[in-house]
Amino acid sequence: MSTGTDLGIPALGGTQGVPRLAEDTPRQTKKDFTSDQEVRWCPGCGDYAVLAAVQGFLPDLGLKRENIVFVSGIGCSSRFPYYLDTYGMHSIHGRAPAIATGLATSREDLSVWVITGDGDALSIGGNHLIHAMRRNVNLTILLFNNKIYGLTKGQYSPTSDVGSVTKSTPVGSVDHPFNPVSLALGAEASFVARTMDSDRAHLTTVLQAAAEHRGTALVEIYQNCPIFNDGAFQLLKDRDEKEARVLNLVHGEPVRAGNDHVVVRRADGALAVVAESEAEPGSVLVHDAGDEDPSLAFALSRLDDGSMTHIPMGIFRSVSRPTYDDQVRAQVDGARSSAGGPADDEDLAALLRGRDTWTVA
Amino acid sequence: MSSKPLQRLDRVVIRFAGDSGDGMQLTGDRFTSETAALGNDLSTLPNFPAEIRAPAGTLPGVSSFQLHFADHDVLTPGDRPDVLVAMNPAALKANLADLPRGSTIIVNTDEFSKRNLAKVGYAASPVEDGSLESWHVHEIALTSITVEALADFGLTRKEKERAKNMLALGLLSWMYSRPLEGTEAFLKAKFAKAPEILEANLTALRAGYNYGETTEDFAVRFEVAPATMPPGTYRTITGNAAMALGLVSASHRAGLPLVLGSYPITPASDILHTLSGMKRYGVTTLQAEDEIAAVGMALGASFGGALGITSTSGPGLALKAETIGLGVSTELPLVILDIQRGGPSTGLPTKTEQSDLLQAIHGRNGESPVAVIAPQSPSDCFDIAMEAVRIATTYRTPVIVLSDGYLANGSEPWRVPGVADLPDLEVEFATGPNDTDDKGEPVFHPFLRDPETLARPWAVPGTAGLEHRIGGIEKADVTGHISYDPDNHDKMTRLRQGKIDRIADTIPDLEVDDPSGEARVLVLGWGSTYGPIAAATRLVRATGLPIAQAQLRHLSPFPKNLGEVLRAYDRVIVPEMNLGQLALLLRGHFLVDVQSHTAVRGLPFPAADLAEVLHKSIAQTLEGVQ
Repeated sequence: MSTGTDLGIPALGGTQGVPRLAEDTPRQTKKDFTSDQEVRWCPGCGDYAVLAAVQGFLPDLGLKRENIVFVSGIGCSSRFPYYLDTYGMHSIHGRAPAIATGLATSREDLSVWVITGDGDALSIGGNHLIHAMRRNVNLTILLFNNKIYGLTKGQYSPTSDVGSVTKSTPVGSVDHPFNPVSLALGAEASFVARTMDSDRAHLTTVLQAAAEHRGTALVEIYQNCPIFNDGAFQLLKDRDEKEARVLNLVHGEPVRAGNDHVVVRRADGALAVVAESEAEPGSVLVHDAGDEDPSLAFALSRLDDGSMTHIPMGIFRSVSRPTYDDQVRAQVDGARSSAGGPADDEDLAALLRGRDTWTVA
Repeated sequence: MSSKPLQRLDRVVIRFAGDSGDGMQLTGDRFTSETAALGNDLSTLPNFPAEIRAPAGTLPGVSSFQLHFADHDVLTPGDRPDVLVAMNPAALKANLADLPRGSTIIVNTDEFSKRNLAKVGYAASPVEDGSLESWHVHEIALTSITVEALADFGLTRKEKERAKNMLALGLLSWMYSRPLEGTEAFLKAKFAKAPEILEANLTALRAGYNYGETTEDFAVRFEVAPATMPPGTYRTITGNAAMALGLVSASHRAGLPLVLGSYPITPASDILHTLSGMKRYGVTTLQAEDEIAAVGMALGASFGGALGITSTSGPGLALKAETIGLGVSTELPLVILDIQRGGPSTGLPTKTEQSDLLQAIHGRNGESPVAVIAPQSPSDCFDIAMEAVRIATTYRTPVIVLSDGYLANGSEPWRVPGVADLPDLEVEFATGPNDTDDKGEPVFHPFLRDPETLARPWAVPGTAGLEHRIGGIEKADVTGHISYDPDNHDKMTRLRQGKIDRIADTIPDLEVDDPSGEARVLVLGWGSTYGPIAAATRLVRATGLPIAQAQLRHLSPFPKNLGEVLRAYDRVIVPEMNLGQLALLLRGHFLVDVQSHTAVRGLPFPAADLAEVLHKSIAQTLEGVQ
């Protein structure tokens, strides 16, 4: 089994190489991470809760604030960096993972975060997202999924349910939606999790694990858009409904649905939710987020059939594999050290001359 | 020493032509290297199809390499070859029209089979039916001689045949008195792990040389004396290699790590290849998932304080447009290399063109000014790369460099500069507050500009106290906060343009070459047309007519004296490998009715053709005045 960073097994942390505050400096607070800019999301937007959670959690990292960078794309959630008093770039639609890749690769000393939405990450920026994940760049990507285009006022998105009636689909959408977690697992992302805007405790736990993960951490955050898609996740928030629907993933523990149902692995390998009383002995799935093979995590993600009957929440996968940026830097460092250190004027002169020169007197 | 008489020539143009798989590019490269070692000045023109292996023996599959070398300075790869080496009927047919009567053709008769002739539409062999009698034709069974020379080798016939390009190289090396040592050393390095293939190639090379010496087919051999060049250490260099070296040198002189984001595209890929081998110089290369990501990675690296570079060609520049706009808005340094090729769309991937000028200057949404510069020769790509970095870092702006396929793959001798003589490109990052707030407290304003350059501070993440947010949304002047204020947008739009305009303060005036001082016609080019235009100008002046010549390296902004230069002549003629893009800009900027001369044939202008155009223009000017 590989070593997922959330499993308490020592590994290179996600923020290793990023300067930390000295031990004797006063602890940072939420206020330190709050910029002087007025927050301009709609009243009741789920983004407020996520912003508060992030501002509240960042001090826990103990990093120097100036070494944290938030890069976003375009969309409501992509305004996020303006409200954090760190370095930030509000870039262009879909391209944040690419920009963040260039930044993270060239600056080991930065903790780089990507803020994106379902349209930004999965539609216009789908290509950059999957390539960041397959490369395993040391980034933490927060994907705000509200299943709608908010900033452009209510068109269906690549995560909208089939049949969604929106401004651009007056008789219902025919697009089959992406399941972002399935997509991330398919791209072999090394850390994949799902959490909820309104569940501050869960959100914070997942963010903590994501930040500590070295490599691309993809966190899907179900986020309510009160204007264009209000209540999209209400079944998962409602006290009576959520109990049976939310499958809380905890590493090393059986996957349960409510009090009396469990996830079992059937003889043919498929996963199913069955009444605990009918589960064959030994068939109950014990969640292993550190499984190098993403197949079971993928199967878990497929328990969501679109009807919200069973929605796994938590960390699907957390495995350690070499990161792109570490390896790119290692190649450059290796080339330099084997040549005796950084190039000086003499070295550059030799490079310019090349192998084949002649002299004119 | 050779027993045959030696004839001295002042210049020669040779074209090697064969099938894509015949190794003509390698043969040309080696002949170039031998020629450079002898001290001739030279210029080359590789010309090959986009297909890696087009169907054998067909016209679309013909690949050629032209080399012009002389005992004086050379400006172009030459209009018309003095010698054509045709490895098959397709190579003959594709190139014959370029060959002046009386020039020399060496044909590989082994390939002139009925089948191969039929493939290119020859009813009878042109070698036998008398249609080549206006040329000096050497009929040589290059393939069989090669196979025979390698009779003792335990190689397959196919493997032996593959060495025929070395036989041809050996023969041409004999004909023009070129040394073989360089090629022998090259082969030894290339085939170090395949001793038998190495021996076969060396044997074929020497057999070709000896063939020239012994056969009665060649009565004389030629020599071209070294050219007089300024003292120094020289090497040959292609435009793409010079560009890569220029960027590495700029990174070294700026003290900033170089980060190249790139996606493979012809004819720019060699820059990615070359830089990926320069990690030892602190170079990071990222092969991105697409053109957009490539420029995004570069911009991200720039935000982090590195030298962000992206390399591409026309189709890639189109894809990068939005991110370049983000670079304009965030006012970060960014260098974009566009190695132009024939367009539109996929166009002519391996052929040259200058048709991205307007795309570079205007091809983005909104008022989105950037600096645009263009190298004028393969070796000038080195200097232009350093200039691009200078402008990008000084003015915190995207800079687009317009090279093209002709410069990228063409080569010429280059006097290697001393490192200490290279421009100092040191940059200063912001380190602390640069302003005071309402209460008089020190504060950092990310869009407070340098009064001279209008550049904003480059404050990189990791600098305590300077935390700030940038982005593509319009920002308030000075503070950089989001602003939708009408007056602010108007001001910021003009400031961004004004910043680009101010680059003109630090670029040299356009120099005009008019030795007699009597010219009334100016020929003005930009970028890679320098060589052909200069050669054409020489031809015109040789007939006693005065003409002035100037070449623009800076296209946005223009040099400050350009308007004055344009107005000083009765007529300005602007040759371009597009349909008149610079001419449009000149008319728009200066209200000068320049005469546009254009061709989009995927090849550089032949100097003689241009000279004719210039002659006509001068004649019309004289008539018009009299």
